[in-house]
Amino acid sequence: MTSHEALTYENSFPVEGGTFKNAGRISTRVKALLKEMKLPKEIIRRVAVITYEAEINICSYAERGRIVLRVTPKFVTIEAIDEGQGIADIELAMKEGYSTATEKIRSMGFGAGMGLSNMRNFSDTFRIISEIDKGTRLKMLIHIDWNRGSI
Amino acid sequence: MTLREVKEILDAEVIAGHDRLDLEVTEAGSADLMSDVLVFCKAGSLLLTGLTNPQVIYTADVLDIAAVIMVRGKRPFPETIRLAEELQIPILTTKYILFETVGRLYTKGIVSCIQKVDETSDIS
Repeated sequence: MTSHEALTYENSFPVEGGTFKNAGRISTRVKALLKEMKLPKEIIRRVAVITYEAEINICSYAERGRIVLRVTPKFVTIEAIDEGQGIADIELAMKEGYSTATEKIRSMGFGAGMGLSNMRNFSDTFRIISEIDKGTRLKMLIHIDWNRGSI
Repeated sequence: MTLREVKEILDAEVIAGHDRLDLEVTEAGSADLMSDVLVFCKAGSLLLTGLTNPQVIYTADVLDIAAVIMVRGKRPFPETIRLAEELQIPILTTKYILFETVGRLYTKGIVSCIQKVDETSDIS
């Protein structure tokens, strides 16, 4: 455990909303960063999927946003903060299969209504706050188990 | 089997990753919705899809997918190829439709990455 204690990292990645031009770029960077930090493979995969879903959501529904990644020896947190349309009914939005995606989003291969529930399933704690016409804020936490699936 | 054998079985063309054809694959998943792929596709699997945009490659990278097979003769956009080369994810394209592609691989021993979606609780 001692060798991991010094590990701390924090960075905020801006995400361009309303376009798919670079949708996925941040997630690929985050994944490479965690690999360099030698986090367990399973953790890297979960963080990567969560970051990707969050990034796709910002690209799909918001004008702009950012993803804040924090890594400590014990956990990883991913915050996705956007300025956008917000979510009217969070309970409904969390339902698998429910989506407000446009044809453009679907043609890119997204908008199946699985994003939020997938993020919840991949995280240990999941929090969502949203305000109409202001934006949405997601915070996900993943505990690191150094004894499992280390690379 | 190796990616080279997959290429032969599917009469496929290698678009990216010519140097990675010795990669061993045993499992695959198929979908045109990346949202669905993110729920069920396992690391090391082949991804069979009709989608050709860069997000297919980002999805493959996030999930550690071994290689992407584009079906129905679909050809990726140039930016998709560039990204695949950068992230070292092979792309093959086959003229077979998705059902035929799946059938040909299945009969040669490639299995589903998961059989039913309720098994996704342990996907890592």
